[in-house]
Amino acid sequence: MSKKPTTVLDARAMDRTLRRMADQIVERNAGTDGLILVGIQRRGVQLAERLGRIIEAQEGVSVARGALDITLYRDDLQTVGPRPVVGATHLPLTLDAQNVVIVDDVLYTGRTVRAALDELADFGRPARISLAVLIDRGGRELPIHADIVGRAVTVTSAQRVDVFVDELDGRDDVVIANRHDEE
Amino acid sequence: MSRDVLLQGGRIVDPSQGFDLVGDLLMRDGVVEHCGATITVPDGAEVVECRGLVVAPGFIDVHVHLREPGREDVETVASGAHAAVAGGFTGVCAMPNTKPVTDNQATVGFVKRQGEAAGFARVYPYGAISVGQKGETLAEMGEMVGAGAVAFSDDGRPVESAHLMRTALEYARAFNVPVAEHCEDMSLARGGAMNEGIVSARLGLKGIPAEAEEIYVIRDILLARRTGGHIHLCHLSTKGSVELVRWGKERGVNVTAEVCSHHVSLTEDAVEGYNTNAKMNPPLRTAADVEALQQGLADGTIDLLVTDHAPHHYDEKEREFADAPNGIVGVETALGVNCTYLLHRGVLSLSHMIDAMSCKPARTFHLPGGSLRRGSVGDVTVFDPARRWVVDAARFKSKGRNTPYGGHELTGQARITIVGGRVVYRAVD
Amino acid sequence: MSGALGKDLLGLSPLSADQIRLILDTAVPFREISERQIKKVPTLRGMTIVNLFFEASTRTRISFEFAEKRLSADTVNVASAGSSVTKGETLVDTARNLEAMKIDMVVIRHPSSGAAQFLSERIESNVINAGDGTNEHPTQGLLDLLTLRTRFGDLTGRRICIVGDVLHSRVARSNIWGLKKLGADVAVCGPRSLLPNAIGEMGVTVFDRVEAAIEWADALNVLRLQLERMQGGYIPSLREYNRVFGITSARLDKAPRELCILHPGPMNRGVEIDSDVADGPHSVILEQVTNGVAVRMAVLYLLAGGKPELAEAAKKGVS
Repeated sequence: MSKKPTTVLDARAMDRTLRRMADQIVERNAGTDGLILVGIQRRGVQLAERLGRIIEAQEGVSVARGALDITLYRDDLQTVGPRPVVGATHLPLTLDAQNVVIVDDVLYTGRTVRAALDELADFGRPARISLAVLIDRGGRELPIHADIVGRAVTVTSAQRVDVFVDELDGRDDVVIANRHDEE
Repeated sequence: MSRDVLLQGGRIVDPSQGFDLVGDLLMRDGVVEHCGATITVPDGAEVVECRGLVVAPGFIDVHVHLREPGREDVETVASGAHAAVAGGFTGVCAMPNTKPVTDNQATVGFVKRQGEAAGFARVYPYGAISVGQKGETLAEMGEMVGAGAVAFSDDGRPVESAHLMRTALEYARAFNVPVAEHCEDMSLARGGAMNEGIVSARLGLKGIPAEAEEIYVIRDILLARRTGGHIHLCHLSTKGSVELVRWGKERGVNVTAEVCSHHVSLTEDAVEGYNTNAKMNPPLRTAADVEALQQGLADGTIDLLVTDHAPHHYDEKEREFADAPNGIVGVETALGVNCTYLLHRGVLSLSHMIDAMSCKPARTFHLPGGSLRRGSVGDVTVFDPARRWVVDAARFKSKGRNTPYGGHELTGQARITIVGGRVVYRAVD
Repeated sequence: MSGALGKDLLGLSPLSADQIRLILDTAVPFREISERQIKKVPTLRGMTIVNLFFEASTRTRISFEFAEKRLSADTVNVASAGSSVTKGETLVDTARNLEAMKIDMVVIRHPSSGAAQFLSERIESNVINAGDGTNEHPTQGLLDLLTLRTRFGDLTGRRICIVGDVLHSRVARSNIWGLKKLGADVAVCGPRSLLPNAIGEMGVTVFDRVEAAIEWADALNVLRLQLERMQGGYIPSLREYNRVFGITSARLDKAPRELCILHPGPMNRGVEIDSDVADGPHSVILEQVTNGVAVRMAVLYLLAGGKPELAEAAKKGVS
């Protein structure tokens, strides 16, 4: 029988995790110089926004942000059925010599990040690209690795991990559910 | 020894004599001997079982295109005549827009002989009005009549010069044959591919307005009035044309008119999807036109039914709509269409329908047949007005497959066709 | 059937309002790609698209080519003369020969109405109508809709008047179908000899004089006077046309509101539209061109849609 969804992070835990991730980002970057937070559509964008605000409040400087829609760079477009909606992409004027941190909600097979890397390459040549994810659920199909992880979870392929953010979903929550359950 | 053929037990309907009785029809040596409730079977007679069927004077289609000489790849006199008997027709009039044009006695004679050699429906050639159908000089009508021509037309195109049409009507009086016009004002119609109306506006196709036909209808009625000649108006398609013919007849003009089976059954909606098998000239028009044409048949304004059978090669019709040639085949679906849309819908009685398909064509064009009176030629159509069948163009005897009725279910079908007392067609299923 | 639009884009008449909105919504992010330095995304990489143009056209073909190349597709241009009759090879044979070389999509422009549908019924590749006779020019209609929607937001109740030779214009027709589906109030204005006789049954208001149209409208879509299509004089002269129907700044100055001016191009300057209007502040003609590439990219993207059966087979999470 299907299990009821399990909460991995509630709103407060999510906030704490994001604060810790923000610290790690600044630490890894040895400050905020050249830092660009690029969120992957859709929820990565909201998470990048929050990380940016946390860093700004802490360090007292503004942090460049961007949004990346990777739909057009997916490697599975032929099998994904009727066309997924393409979201907005906007990035700061130049990425060259900057330190880009890709932000996403869940890291799973790694294909989204691969697509993001391809797309960023078409925009410029950063000095360095790192990856920050709220949840790492394992199950990699490509040699992709997250530099900053909010929480690692172990789930089966019959389950999915859903991240909800207040800005889009009206609540902050990270939940494990069964693949075919209603969202 | 005389050759006797007895049609037994059918419902004999002969509008020329006002007959409608169940009984037997005896033919001797290719000629009608008599009909009666029961006729004793003469010795050696061939008996044709007609129980449950209608026995009528043979149908005559005065407007077909047999394409020979010139386009034998698309139809020959033989294949067309064979298709005709399969549709229940014992006689057809073949239009002269062949290659070369049938505008001289040699070609007229050729077409006539091809028909005789084929041994199916009788083939009566039309001669062209003008040499080469160019609309410039009169063709040799007298010579052509001598070789067998029964009427004249430049069908395929109109006679644009009113003077030439007037002369033709006057000249043809000597031979007592009709002059038939394809009514189309080319300056209004040029480039048009279907009826001008809301459907053409929606499909983005140039349309042919009804007036293109009506302008020539009234022109020719007036010329017939002036000259006393017999004008026969081909394939009328509009409500206005019916009204104008009524006007002419009321004033005693010698005008006769024909309508095609497709114009009393289909509307311009059949063109949806750019269906080239619904493309012909004049085009399919609106429901109001269909209704007016049906009414015109019912009240006698329109005299007779035809098909304008016009076979085309598959490749020619398998084209962008505007480039596809005009024309659809018709002889093998006409009876089914006429029964389904006219007889069974109460537009025409059985007698009236037979009148329009047999008696009137024979009378109008002075042809043998059109009657089962004693001494008439033994041309008989035996058909089942109630038989349901689905049109399958692949089974046509005609070389042409271009029909808009493919897959349609029709009610009414020829079962036995007899020409000169000989059974030339028998339905197999 | 693949994707939300089906196999082909033959016109706006067969589409639902939702499908039209889907294309416009999809076109918006595609506009951004043309702003990048590397104007390319790998989405249609490996697909072969043939631009089969039986009528001369520079702008539409180039626009499609940019759209195709920016999606990383391989493009081939085939220019052919006129109809099957004059060419000697039928349309079907031309397309089937191309298909035998394993192509994915055909963009076709042809002088016969219905040619795109004719082709789509006979080949397996996706078919995009780039203009068939006097029937439709759907991508032009779509880019006009996108331009208007960007300007006005919701098009419900917006008054758009199409000015000019509506009778021969496939652009006009696509616009009429598309605008009506999105709820706009549509009018046409032009000499009656250049309007379809059945225009009264097409659900649009008819203005005989352009002054009345200007007073009524929020936007004007000014059509090119189709000199090459007129088979015989429908109007006395170009000079008269400009004097009576031309969109001039003198006429626009009298408008009660700021009109948005569209033109599908190419323009006959000084005939249907004066230069100062075409180059003036109310003209969105160049936006139309930019939107054209985005709309075409959106259409190609949506038509090249994934195969649902493969999607079923590949149902697993992607992240």
